[in-house]
Amino acid sequence: MLLEEFTKKFAECFNQTDPAAIKPETEFRKLEEWGSMMALIVIATIDADFGKTVTSDDLKNANTVADLFGIVKNK
Amino acid sequence: MAVFTVPHIKISGISACVPKQTEDNAQFELLPENERALFIKTVGIRFRRVAPAGTTASDLCYAAADKLLTDLGWDRNEIKLLVFITQTPDYLIPNTSSILQEKLGLPKTCMAFDANLGCSGYVYGLSMAGSILQNMPGGKALLLVGDISTATISMEDKSTAPLFSDAGTATALEYTESGKVHFNLQTDGREFDDIIIPDGGYRNRYNPKSEEYIEYEKGIRRNNLQMKLDGVKIFNFALREIALNINTLFDEKQVDRALVDYYVFHQANLLMLESVRKKLKVETEKVPYSLYDYGNTSSATIPVTMVTKLREQLMYSKRHLLLSGFGVGLSWGSAYIETENIVCPEIFEV
Repeated sequence: MLLEEFTKKFAECFNQTDPAAIKPETEFRKLEEWGSMMALIVIATIDADFGKTVTSDDLKNANTVADLFGIVKNK
Repeated sequence: MAVFTVPHIKISGISACVPKQTEDNAQFELLPENERALFIKTVGIRFRRVAPAGTTASDLCYAAADKLLTDLGWDRNEIKLLVFITQTPDYLIPNTSSILQEKLGLPKTCMAFDANLGCSGYVYGLSMAGSILQNMPGGKALLLVGDISTATISMEDKSTAPLFSDAGTATALEYTESGKVHFNLQTDGREFDDIIIPDGGYRNRYNPKSEEYIEYEKGIRRNNLQMKLDGVKIFNFALREIALNINTLFDEKQVDRALVDYYVFHQANLLMLESVRKKLKVETEKVPYSLYDYGNTSSATIPVTMVTKLREQLMYSKRHLLLSGFGVGLSWGSAYIETENIVCPEIFEV
């Protein structure tokens, strides 16, 4: 699993946010579109594409997309 | 593993009943307008039915059962078993099934009991009623499954209020020489508090603080007599366990997956169910959804989906169904069942 691929898949979860605006250093919880629905969409995507389970704590403990990638990679 | 087969049973009829009052999540003011659209698209629930004060789950199940027995033309004196699955009984004491036995005009020779189960309740109920009925040659049974979950939620809690809906269902079961149903039932009590009403039982008795509202985060405000639901934990539970449970049933019972006509899931959340469907590598046409119109009706979602989405097929043909219920407990299970020409009145309102 590469950070670049992870970031691309993460960005594709969003509907209203320009995927190009989502980068590894993006603080995703500060995005206007982020909310409980987006959390479920991200969890489902990471489960389907990377076979890893993301918890509520994982999402809270990550500030940036790269942080979340690090957490997921170490599972 | 609780993987087992119950022989000598078949479903003879299914009916479902909902309250008239309908709420539309497109008008759900606790969510901003753009979040409402995303909620409907992602979770898949648009309309919800709400029982008025004074109407109970047993009232809805009674109406469903009365209609079904009339359509079946069954002699009520022949019914030997009534199982009522609910988490919203009429009273804490006594069991609601006794009230239903009398109200439905069933004889004193009918055994009746309640079971407290939610989302897994239909599959568990089939296994309980079936396991008893298989020892009663010529016997007939009623499985009544329903809840008025809307009475248990806070309308100021966006994590529960737009999900839940009310319904009552009745399933008629009969002893038969040839029928059989395979089950795989599971439990994980470590996560018992992922879905919970904390107060009002006997662990945390009702006290004046039970009614105090607490704001857990913006849009999530409730008291301890109302349902808490940890959506992310339940979502992960479903992704982890449901496809595995179904595949284990197929493997242990050597079920040919190509024979399965439909997978009828507990209608919890569209995104969750689509994730499970993809894990199972099942085509979209084989997974009917009723949650857009009827929401999450707790244990009733599986029969509500059968009645609203598969009615004609169930009435006029032979079908192989995989039923899967999962949630509160945590409790989950699947059943593989063959149906043929069952009596299935249209869903109706009271």
